[in-house]
Amino acid sequence: MTALLAVWFLPERASDIAREVDALFYGLLVLCGIIAIGVCAAVIVFCLRYRQGSNATRQAEQKTIPLEITWSAIPLVIFIALFIWAGAVYFHMSKPPDNATEIHVVGKQWMWKIQHPTGRREINEIHLLINQPVKLLMTSQDVIHDVFVPAFRTKQDVLPGRYTIEWFTPIKTGDYHLFCAEYCGDGHSRMGGWVHVMAPDAYAKWLADTSTTESVVAAGARLFQARGCAGCHGPNATVHAPPLNGIFGHPVALSTGKTVIADEQYIHDSILQPKKDIVAGYPDNLMPTYQGQLGEEEVMELIGYIKALGSTSGGVP
Amino acid sequence: MNAIATPQAPPQPPSHEPSYLAVENTVRSWLLTTDHKRIGILYMISITLFFLVGGAAATLMRLNLLTPQGALVTSTTYNKLFTIHGVIMVWFFLIPSVPTVIGNFVLPMMLGARDVAFPRLNLASWYLFIGGGAFALWAIIAGGVDTGWTFYTPYSSTYANGHVIAMATGIFIAGFGSIATGLNFIVTVHKMRAPGLTWHRLPLFVWSMYSTSVILVLATPVLAITLVLMALERAFGIGIFDPAIGGDPLLFQHLFWFYSHPAVYIMILPGMGVVSEIIACFSRKAVFGYYFVAYSSVAIAVLGFVVWGHHMFVSSQSIYAGMVFSILSFLVSIPSAIKVFNWTATLYRGSIWFQTPFLYVLGFIGLFTIGGLTGLFLAALAVDVHLTDTYFVIAHFHYIMVGGMVMAYLGGLHYWWPKISGRMYPELLAKLSALFIFAGFNLTFFPQFILGYLGMPRRYHAYAPEFQVLNVLSTAGASILAIGYFLPLAYFLWSLRYGKVAGPNPWQATGLEWTTESPPPEHNFTVVPIVTEPPYAYDPVAAEEALAAKREQREPAYVR
Repeated sequence: MTALLAVWFLPERASDIAREVDALFYGLLVLCGIIAIGVCAAVIVFCLRYRQGSNATRQAEQKTIPLEITWSAIPLVIFIALFIWAGAVYFHMSKPPDNATEIHVVGKQWMWKIQHPTGRREINEIHLLINQPVKLLMTSQDVIHDVFVPAFRTKQDVLPGRYTIEWFTPIKTGDYHLFCAEYCGDGHSRMGGWVHVMAPDAYAKWLADTSTTESVVAAGARLFQARGCAGCHGPNATVHAPPLNGIFGHPVALSTGKTVIADEQYIHDSILQPKKDIVAGYPDNLMPTYQGQLGEEEVMELIGYIKALGSTSGGVP
Repeated sequence: MNAIATPQAPPQPPSHEPSYLAVENTVRSWLLTTDHKRIGILYMISITLFFLVGGAAATLMRLNLLTPQGALVTSTTYNKLFTIHGVIMVWFFLIPSVPTVIGNFVLPMMLGARDVAFPRLNLASWYLFIGGGAFALWAIIAGGVDTGWTFYTPYSSTYANGHVIAMATGIFIAGFGSIATGLNFIVTVHKMRAPGLTWHRLPLFVWSMYSTSVILVLATPVLAITLVLMALERAFGIGIFDPAIGGDPLLFQHLFWFYSHPAVYIMILPGMGVVSEIIACFSRKAVFGYYFVAYSSVAIAVLGFVVWGHHMFVSSQSIYAGMVFSILSFLVSIPSAIKVFNWTATLYRGSIWFQTPFLYVLGFIGLFTIGGLTGLFLAALAVDVHLTDTYFVIAHFHYIMVGGMVMAYLGGLHYWWPKISGRMYPELLAKLSALFIFAGFNLTFFPQFILGYLGMPRRYHAYAPEFQVLNVLSTAGASILAIGYFLPLAYFLWSLRYGKVAGPNPWQATGLEWTTESPPPEHNFTVVPIVTEPPYAYDPVAAEEALAAKREQREPAYVR
């Protein structure tokens, strides 16, 4: 029985954020428990005491205003405090640290396709190193999905045509459920698998046990050549296209006069829907669309490569 | 001896007219009636049938979830079942329940009116409802829809198979019935009040129906537009929501919840009105803090429009938007809390009479309190991230909608049944079934809170084995709940013929509806009532004295 209670009320807590979420959850549970028990106790006591025929004092008229103010103001103060607490944890959840390992996730009906920075691919499984922050860069090939790892207490929708981010730091080795939490059709309840959090030696062994030789950046570089990107964006290109070195994370002036930051979404859209944002000073028919020619995973590899261009400020390898 | 309660107007002189039920009893007379009471009955019959359809779907789902593999039905069937359950229960049972059945029946009478402002529009509302229902049922019979009641794009507009457009058309048409009902009630409350019935003499049920009607009129058109856009994308490939053809999938969620969150209040405010009526009558005391209870309904209706984004904390909307929606969601819970506190305080120093309607109200207060408090977990951003789209959410909104609204609907049916039918229901059996419903409900849905916290996602046809124990408990509870729901169906029908004759005011209640005969004559009142009293002029002291006097009569003092 106690084991059952432990499983029910103390589920696995395998990320650093899980502690903060659980603290908030139990805080709410105690507070709401007190309110619920208080209301129920008052109702039961009144029902017994003032039941028809009992010897209690009755009264038709009562003063209401002081009570009304009390029971409106106290919840208001408590709710604002709860909002601030919960908002702070949410803010923490939304901002990945700079040293997080970036893992690419593509959802499709009904599987998760994972790619590690080393280039290693997995389906419906993610192997992680303990205590290493991880940032999932996610998109969907079809409908909306959602990466949900209950043991990490995190969840984030995965949308088509848009990148979303989910991050966590696993702090406990073990195997944890990976669920799709946004209804996505027939195979929704099958669209999941496992997250394996591993100790450093086991993780190193897992990493070594691979036939993948091409990292994400290398795969992106290969695609950059093979798909003809280099012909216009490369250092020796004859066509006048915007240079990409050092562009990632920096502002880009658009022909509309607006300025955007060249993030993952911007580069994704520039590849698939090039007419959406035109860089100032360039014609709007220069870049062909790669919609339907590049999969979401390939686009992510290209983005990985362009990011690397930014950090090394080197040319095309 | 003092009166237990002072009605808002003196009892009506006898009408010498046949009751609304006896006027003419042909099928034609029922299908073409413009009598608000008969239209209420038409709605009652129709939503009961829809409840059976939605309940059957739920039964199959719960049976399927007895085993982790989901052995009873295929995943395709399961997905269609939860879509049927959601669509039918939300649009064809809960939203019409209290407003169109109890609202239609008693609202005009509470105002001292002979009918609603637009009686023919009222009948048209029912035909729109039935027309929409026919589309929905056709969509189900023709093969079903598997989008869930939320119709999230681009799944619904591009990827789903099945009769999505037919189902959406059904909801679209029924929605116009809702809009017309809302409009009708608003005009009726403004224009048809009896002489002396000022706004602050209105029963609280009228306040809550008025607030609900405002939401119906303002929010439902947004749903209609959203469904049309979804259907346009599905039928003609016009890119609105699907990013592959230039749309934005989040736009759909914003539009959908802009309607559907206020719709949650359509599904609870009328129930709150019922609770206020019943709690005053059976504690023989005016509702504590009338103004606060009345205006909290208005506050809920207004604030309810600005919290839709709390359904989208993990949808990739901006985190700052999330913060705004979170604080607003906390704020909207305050008027609900005020109501619960006021109802509780109403019991203090009352003279409490434990009849079935009151038992339902006690159930409502307990379950709505749990439902409301668990809403705080979902308003709290970081906790919502973990709990959203899990069974915690399922449990939370069932506590509000079934534990709250269905309890209130049943309580209201028992309370006004003598007025509707002229007969009393069997009290003991009714108390028993209220107990079954309360116990069955908790056993069904409480385990789902734990399931959600443990991480079981909603809309899962099959699940991880460690969730089985709680799922079995939930299914066991559902079977008790089912018995509890069938009992009233049986004894209400029985009472039509065999129930004790009720008389005009069996509860000695104060509302104008109780000053006329049971069942009322076609035009409700023989003379126009002139209102001289605030509502709920109950006197607990007098009630006790009357009771003591009655006992005295039965057993002389020396026996005691």
